[in-house]
Amino acid sequence: MMNHIDLSTVLRQTVACALYSNLVTRPTGAAVRGQIERLLSEMGDRTLTVIDFSQVSMIDFSCADEVIAKLLLRYAEDNPPREVYFIFRGVTDEHWEAIDAVLERRGLALVVERDDGVHVAGALPDDERRAWQMVHQLGRAAVAELAGVLGEETVVAQRALDALSRRRLVMKVEDDYIVVGADRG
Amino acid sequence: MTTVVNVPPSLDDQSFEDVLRQLAPLSADAKILIDTRHVRWASPYGLVALLTLAQSRPERMSLAVPDLEETASYWARAGFFRQAEELYDLHGVYPKRVGAGAADSNVLLEITAVGKSEDVHDVVGRIQQKAQLMLRDLQLDAKATVGFAMTLSEVCQNVVEHAGRGGWVMVQTYRWTKRLGRRVVVIAVADAGVGFRQSLESAPGKEHSDRWDDAAALEDAVIRGASRFRDPGRGQGLAGVRRYLGRWEGKLAVRSGTARIAIVPNWDDDVPLAEHLPPFPGAQVQVTIPERSTQPTSPRGRGGAAQR
Repeated sequence: MMNHIDLSTVLRQTVACALYSNLVTRPTGAAVRGQIERLLSEMGDRTLTVIDFSQVSMIDFSCADEVIAKLLLRYAEDNPPREVYFIFRGVTDEHWEAIDAVLERRGLALVVERDDGVHVAGALPDDERRAWQMVHQLGRAAVAELAGVLGEETVVAQRALDALSRRRLVMKVEDDYIVVGADRG
Repeated sequence: MTTVVNVPPSLDDQSFEDVLRQLAPLSADAKILIDTRHVRWASPYGLVALLTLAQSRPERMSLAVPDLEETASYWARAGFFRQAEELYDLHGVYPKRVGAGAADSNVLLEITAVGKSEDVHDVVGRIQQKAQLMLRDLQLDAKATVGFAMTLSEVCQNVVEHAGRGGWVMVQTYRWTKRLGRRVVVIAVADAGVGFRQSLESAPGKEHSDRWDDAAALEDAVIRGASRFRDPGRGQGLAGVRRYLGRWEGKLAVRSGTARIAIVPNWDDDVPLAEHLPPFPGAQVQVTIPERSTQPTSPRGRGGAAQR
């Protein structure tokens, strides 16, 4: 099931002044993340959630670290509270400046939705990025199939898929893998 | 006996050091008059630093306001006296009320107190309302104005997160005639709270090199993105500011304690690191972003005059 979290709505629910449309400061970011986690806790144990930036004017580095980096870290750790996958929507070049910086610093990656479909962005080793792109291209792939098209040993493909699964960038469906948001282009 | 500290006619980040040099030998309980009567021009840094100066002394000081009506009027429109009345015993004639519509169009953000997260939201929201002015006057594109707001947010957060007490921020545009021959937009943020060295020293288990002083602390924080927090995500604010300024030929100067560090673009000839300055608590930050130009720029003579 696909859920939708509008960050500007969460921001207004979080800060005292309803007029604020900027994601700035660490305390604001921590509060917004807390509210997102509360919403996620009501959505079930395995969910795909769109985090929507469309109505957010600006995000600064500190807030990007609190909202995005710490959210990704929380659900990509060894024992996450639940299996949550994210797609980031409405991210402009202006938002991306801060987001990219914190992903780089933390070694994180995410799935971003653009007009032409979903893309993986952020800090990702080349082998994982190549594996993600190939799974995206194939639509759905088993380990052996991926290894074949990549021209790699099965163990290498499995390692890349495990890493991508841990990062919540691909989902395992039975014995196959699909990229997060694959049906969106 | 009252000691008179003379403020130079042109007050900016460089000439403010003269004020600090005069204050350095004075005892904490000395009776002091800050004499700004002969000031003709003050940068945003000069104005917020004057407020910070009052914050840094245990004894309330006096301040003689500028003689020149035009200067006093500008200081009033910049919001200086409204803040200074709380901090100084003011002497001389100055506009007590600034009428509606009298705001200076070059002042993008009048002197504003910053002490909590909500203040940063407020400051960023107000500067975004002036984005069109920046686009027009400085020929910056929309992306640069967003980066500018991010920069403003991060330097203000330094006060909220680390100073332990409030500070002030001001944003202004002016034509920097001698140094650059172009318009600039300047952010000045100052506080008299916990400086960079003391902040980094509070990091748990942090070991410092043999050469550990204000300059080393500034290098750690500004160049290497160090923070007093263990969290590796900390320290990104100033790193992001540096990246932004690198793209827009901007300049960053940070003073704390007895040192000052600067990220110096091609058009300026400031020293990257100044040490053994007169002591001044807290942190004082100045960000300068020039108007976009297709012409290559080179350093001009020091002591550049400015026109509002």
